[in-house]
Amino acid sequence: MADPEIISYEPQHESRSAAVTESRPVRITLTLLTLAFLVIFLLLPLIIVFKEAFAKGVGAYFASLGDADTRSAIRLTLLVAAIAVPLNLIFGLSAAWAIAKFEFKGKAFLTTLIDLPFSVSPVISGLVYVLLFGAQGLLGEWLKAHGIQILFAVPGIVLATVFVTFPFVARELIPLMQEQGNGDEEAALSLGANGWQAFWYVTLPNIKWGLLYGVLLCNARAMGEFGAVSVVSGHIRGLTNTMPLHVEILYNEYNAVGAFAVASLLAGLALVTLVLKTLLEMRYGAEIAATRGH
Amino acid sequence: MEVRVVNVRKEFERFPALHDVSLDIKSGELIALLGPSGSGKTTLLRLIAGLERPTKGAIFFGEEDASQKSIQERNVGFVFQHYALFRHMTVADNIGFGLKVRHGAARPPAHEIRRRASELLDLVQLSGLEKRYPAQLSGGQRQRVALARAMAIEPKVLLLDEPFGALDAQVRRELRRWLRDIHDRTGHTTVFVTHDQEEALELADRVVVMSQGRIEQVGSADEIYDTPNSPFVYSFIGESSSLPVKVDNGEVWIADRPIGLSAPHAPPGEAVLCFRPHDVDLLDGCSGCIAGTVAASRRVAGTRRVELEVGGERQRVEIELPVDHPAAQKSRVAFRPRRWKLFPAG
Repeated sequence: MADPEIISYEPQHESRSAAVTESRPVRITLTLLTLAFLVIFLLLPLIIVFKEAFAKGVGAYFASLGDADTRSAIRLTLLVAAIAVPLNLIFGLSAAWAIAKFEFKGKAFLTTLIDLPFSVSPVISGLVYVLLFGAQGLLGEWLKAHGIQILFAVPGIVLATVFVTFPFVARELIPLMQEQGNGDEEAALSLGANGWQAFWYVTLPNIKWGLLYGVLLCNARAMGEFGAVSVVSGHIRGLTNTMPLHVEILYNEYNAVGAFAVASLLAGLALVTLVLKTLLEMRYGAEIAATRGH
Repeated sequence: MEVRVVNVRKEFERFPALHDVSLDIKSGELIALLGPSGSGKTTLLRLIAGLERPTKGAIFFGEEDASQKSIQERNVGFVFQHYALFRHMTVADNIGFGLKVRHGAARPPAHEIRRRASELLDLVQLSGLEKRYPAQLSGGQRQRVALARAMAIEPKVLLLDEPFGALDAQVRRELRRWLRDIHDRTGHTTVFVTHDQEEALELADRVVVMSQGRIEQVGSADEIYDTPNSPFVYSFIGESSSLPVKVDNGEVWIADRPIGLSAPHAPPGEAVLCFRPHDVDLLDGCSGCIAGTVAASRRVAGTRRVELEVGGERQRVEIELPVDHPAAQKSRVAFRPRRWKLFPAG
């Protein structure tokens, strides 16, 4: 009797095939180029922000953060984000739900419309609000007559921020929900769940990581937005200055420590966002893989 | 629960998916909707479930008109083709979902839900997998969990959409036997959709053959196979061969030769002759038979399929011979179908 055939595999030393591997000098050049780019454009500015912020010592850093106008700018930024992010969470969810789960006329148009804030310069979107709500604006007379102040006040800043940040959640969710389809929801309904239960127990857990990811990006942009907010805010110290606007004012006043101290907070926010985003991506990537394998 | 589909028509954006379909499903019956893709079988199943609303017609559950009821009110157990298990829930939570979402007094306490889930897992032979997640199960196991989940709500009707479509052949055969067994034990009225005729014929009490949005024939596996009522059913179920013929004087003719089949009740004129390739008598001489030139001969497992060219039109027809039959070596073969049927030419 013959022995069963034994097949042996050579262990693979290289995970990539030789055909797609560049020669050594090319590889080194490309790597160095990328590293240099990252250091000059990303790492160096970040280090400078913190270096300048602490240039006159830790005491001066915290003293400038304790300044009344600075504190009010921080409060305003948090307030704006606290209003804009939940609004866009709800908007993003409903838009993604509508686009992914239903067929209707004008769907392609709506999808394009959601991307509009990405393609329009933030300054332009700020100007639109001025034209709409300003004293000479379309609704200016009516607003004045009813004593409603939108421009150069918190409502205007919130509106501008909502506009600029509204694609983040929706764009994160639309492809995810389209891929998941209606099957799970139909199953939930067939088992007797009502619409709300199907959403709460089935849809939401299916998209929670994507949703969190979108909210995170939305929040980072809401706190960091400059252009649109700058146009509608009026730059009233202690009243309508958000953190990015306050940084500019302090810088123009040659208050480097103050400007960079506030900037360091924003940079810190960016770093935290980046870390959370990476963690989420690790988690969310596994989730997507599980979805596909299912 | 008895289910009656009465003159149902369904259009998707003005494109008809079902034309005037009527079907009576008896209580406790296991019935298969069989047809090629695009025949409307899944649409019919989804209409019964309430996942779609009919454009016209009505669906009755017992004496009750269920057409305008939502899927939640209909209380049907639906098993989806790709299972649609909730991937973030354990197996036990998946099975208990239908009980958990009930309101007020109808909702059993948590320990009761857990007990029911374990019971159903026993029934589908997956005891001990309560804590697993769907991603940790094989395809066959997921299918069983999906069925257990659908049965947890004590449905009036069980509806299964291509239940074994995504599984490999071996698992499919096992699950088929298993589903029959579960059905016999629980007695649910069950409707399942399939494009696999073997599955339908083996498993179902009655088979509904569908094509292009219409029901072609309803009957037991024997009826469907032995007395197909249209050339479509003849060709869709099992192997079949067909030839254009002429009926004249109560005799069947090919061109100017009678082939030895008498059809006293068939209307004279053009017709289609259908028969099974294995159900033929081979003849030596030929006066009153079908004779053809061998065009191709293939060995298929235990038999030999021979393709013949018949008549001046060189119409191709297939018959089956025993592997070692001498006729396979000849260049000309004569035969006469043992069982056959004539359909009006269309």
